[in-house]
Amino acid sequence: MRLAGWLHPILALLLSPLLPGVINRVKAFFAGRQGPPLLQPYYDLIKLLQKGAVYSGTTTWVFRAGPVVNLAVLSLVLLILPLGRVPSAVAFPGDLILLAYLLVLGRFFTVLAALDTGSSFEGMGASRELQFAVFAEPALLVGLGALARWTNASSLSGMFADLSPAFWGDSLPLLVLLASAFLVLYLTENCRIPVDDPTTHLELTMIHEVMVLDHGAVDFGFIQWAAAMKLWVLGILLVGLVLPGASGWRGLDALAGVVGLLGVAVLTGVIESIMARLRLLRVPQLLVGASVASALALLLTFR
Amino acid sequence: MPEFRQIILGAVANGERIAALVGIPQDDETLHLVALIAGDFAGELRLLAAPVGDSYPSLAAECPQAAVFEREIAEQWGVVPTGHPWLKPLRYHPSYRPGRDAWQRDPTAPIAPAVGDFFRVTGGQTHEVAVGPVHAGVIEPGHFRFQCHGEEVLHLEIALGYQHRGIERALPGGPHPRTIHHMETLAGDTTIGHATAYCQALEALAGCAVPPRAQALRAIALELERLANHTGDLGALAGDIGFLPTASYCGRLRGDFLNMTALLCGNRFGRGLVRPGGVAYDMDSAILDALRSRLDATFRDVAGAVNLLWDTPSVLARFENTGALTLETAITLGLVGPAARASGRNLDVRRDYSTGAYATTAIPVALQDSGDVFARAYVRWLEIQHSADYIRQQIAQLPDGPIRAPLGPLAPDSFVVSLQEGWRGEILHLVTTDAAGRFAHYKVVDPSFHNWLGLAIAMRGQEISDFPLCNKSFNLSYCGHDL
Repeated sequence: MRLAGWLHPILALLLSPLLPGVINRVKAFFAGRQGPPLLQPYYDLIKLLQKGAVYSGTTTWVFRAGPVVNLAVLSLVLLILPLGRVPSAVAFPGDLILLAYLLVLGRFFTVLAALDTGSSFEGMGASRELQFAVFAEPALLVGLGALARWTNASSLSGMFADLSPAFWGDSLPLLVLLASAFLVLYLTENCRIPVDDPTTHLELTMIHEVMVLDHGAVDFGFIQWAAAMKLWVLGILLVGLVLPGASGWRGLDALAGVVGLLGVAVLTGVIESIMARLRLLRVPQLLVGASVASALALLLTFR
Repeated sequence: MPEFRQIILGAVANGERIAALVGIPQDDETLHLVALIAGDFAGELRLLAAPVGDSYPSLAAECPQAAVFEREIAEQWGVVPTGHPWLKPLRYHPSYRPGRDAWQRDPTAPIAPAVGDFFRVTGGQTHEVAVGPVHAGVIEPGHFRFQCHGEEVLHLEIALGYQHRGIERALPGGPHPRTIHHMETLAGDTTIGHATAYCQALEALAGCAVPPRAQALRAIALELERLANHTGDLGALAGDIGFLPTASYCGRLRGDFLNMTALLCGNRFGRGLVRPGGVAYDMDSAILDALRSRLDATFRDVAGAVNLLWDTPSVLARFENTGALTLETAITLGLVGPAARASGRNLDVRRDYSTGAYATTAIPVALQDSGDVFARAYVRWLEIQHSADYIRQQIAQLPDGPIRAPLGPLAPDSFVVSLQEGWRGEILHLVTTDAAGRFAHYKVVDPSFHNWLGLAIAMRGQEISDFPLCNKSFNLSYCGHDL
C-alpha cells in the first residue's frame, strides 16, 4: 500500500535538480537573457560525479563526511515526508520532530565540514548559518505543531492527508500564517534571496556557499544534489498546505505535488528577480517574523 | 622646511587640499619635496617646494591626507618622515636611489608585496579576515586585512602594489613614441582621462593651442568614458545586493556606451583617440547622427534600469546608511571625485580648473550629502544625466575646423601641472623638463591614490558582509594606484 511513499525519495533524487534549473530560467527571463538549459543542473552533476577530488592536508574525515551525511539525511527525510497528498513510506506519531532534527543533523555536518578546513571565510559562513538556524528552528517546529493540532494528526502523513481548500475554508488566517512562515523557511533553508544570494561570487557576503568553497568533485556534486533535494523537502511542506484534496488516485496526487514544487520554483525565481538581498543583520528579524507567524497560527488552533 | 610644513598645515586647516605631495630630484644628491595645494572652489593651485635631507618631521599625524603621499616619498626616495603614524611601503619596490632605504632593508633581498606588519586588534572576541590578493571575481589584485568583532569591522587595512609596473620610471627622457601608450594604460578604464591629462601637459609645455573641434571631441570622449563606467558601477552595485534587473541591464548598457566610443575611434576604451595637439579621429555628420541616436536610445534604457533602484525599498534599505563618510572625514582625508561629492565636498576639476571644452561650456557639479553608498550611487546617476546632456550639447555646437595642431618642441627647464576630472575624480600629472626639453621627472596622481584610505575608513563599524558593496561604491583602481 505504501509503494507510492517508497517511490518518493527516488522521485526526489531524480527530479529535484529540475528545481534549480527552473529557478535559473525564470531569473534569466526577467533579466532578458536566454539563460542556461533547463537541464543544466543535471549536466553539472554528471560532470562533478566524474571528477577526481583533491583534499587539503589540513582536513580530516569530517570534511569528507559532510556532503555524504547531508545527502543521506535528506534521503531519509523523504521517507517520512508525504508528497503532497501521497502518504510517506514511514509514518509514526511525532515524526515531525524527527524531520526537524534530521535537517539539523545535515546542517551540523555541513558546518563541521566547513570548520574542519580552518578557513576564516568558512568559519564566518558556519557562524552565520548556525545563527540563522537558531531563529529558523522555532518557526518550523511551532508551525508543524500548529498544523498537527489543527488536523488532529500526529504524523506528517496524517497532517497533510486531509488538507484541501475546503478544509481551509473556515480557517483562512491559519493557512496564510503557516504558508508565509513556510515560505520564509523555504527561502532561508535554501539560501535564496532575500536571505542569501546563491549566485554571488563575494565570499564576504555568503552564508551557505562560503561553507562549501573547499569541496570539489563528487563531494561538491553531492552538495549540489543535496541543495536541490532541500528545495524539494522545504518546498513540499509549503505545497502540501495549498494543494487540492486527494483525488483518490496516487499518481495524480504525486503529479500535483511535483507541479506544485515547480510552481514554488517559479515563485522563487520571481522573488529573486524583483528584490534585493537583506542586510545580514536584518535576516534574524525576518526569521523572528516567521516564528511569530507560526506562533500565531498555533494560538489560533486553541480558539 | 619648517615654513613648508607650516604653510601646508595652515592651508589644510583652512579647508584646502593636498593635491600632490611628491619628491622631485634636482640632481643625484638633492631632493625637493614639492606640494601642490588646491583651493578648489577658488580654482587656485599653490606650489611649494623645499629641499629635504634624509628625514623630515612627518605631516601625517596632523594632516592624515599626507600619510599616503609620505609613504610614497619614503619608498621612492628613502627619505624618512619622522613621527609618521604608520610608515609602511606602498607599492613594495626598491628605492629609486640605490643605497637609500627608509626601512634599511637588505638591498639584495627581494621585496614581496603586502609582507610586513598589519595593524592588529587583539582580544578573545576579535578575529582577523584576510581577503585577496587573488579574488573570486575577475578583478585586480589587492590585499584586504579586516579586524573584526563578530560581523562588525573594527579596522580595515588595504595593501596594494601587486600591479606596480614602474611606469613613472619609464617616462623621464621622454616623450618617447611609447609614452602615450603608457598613459592610455595607466588605468585601463580611464584611458581618455589620463591621455587627456598627459596631452594637456605636453601642449602647455609646447605652447600649442588645441583646435576647438578637438577640444569638443575630447570632452565627448571623456563624458562617454564617464557614462560607461558609472553605468557599469550602478549595475555592479545592484549585482552585489542581488538585485537582478538593474544588474543585468546595466552590464549590457555599459557595453553600448563603450561601443559609442568605438564609433569615434575604433576602440571601445578610446585608445588611439586623444593625441598631443588634438585628436586622431574626426567625426563626420553620419557618425554624429549615429552617436546622437544611439546615445538617446541607450540613455532611455539606462534611466529605466537605474530608476528601478530608487523605486525599490529593498535596494534603498541596503544602500542607505551603509559606509557613510561625513563631509568632515572627506575633507580630512582629501577625497576627490564622486566619492567626495557624495559627502557634500563641492569640487570638480571640470569647474574648478576647467580646460578645453569645459572652459567654454560648463557642466553642473553633482552633489549629495549623506556620504553613504546611496549617495555615491546617486551622484553617479546625476553625473550620467549631466554627461548625456553635455554630449548632446557638444554635438549640437561642434565647431568646424582642424582636429589637430602641430605640437612643436617642449619648453626646457619648465614645470607644468595638468588636471582633468576623470570618472573617478581628479587626475593630476606633474611634469618637469630638463635643459633639452625632455621629461626630467613625471609624476602621476590617480584619483584612487587619494580615495583608497576613504574606503578603509568608510568600513569602520560596518558589517563585513557589506564590504563588497562599499568597495564597489568607490570602485577604485588598483593599477592607477600602483602605477
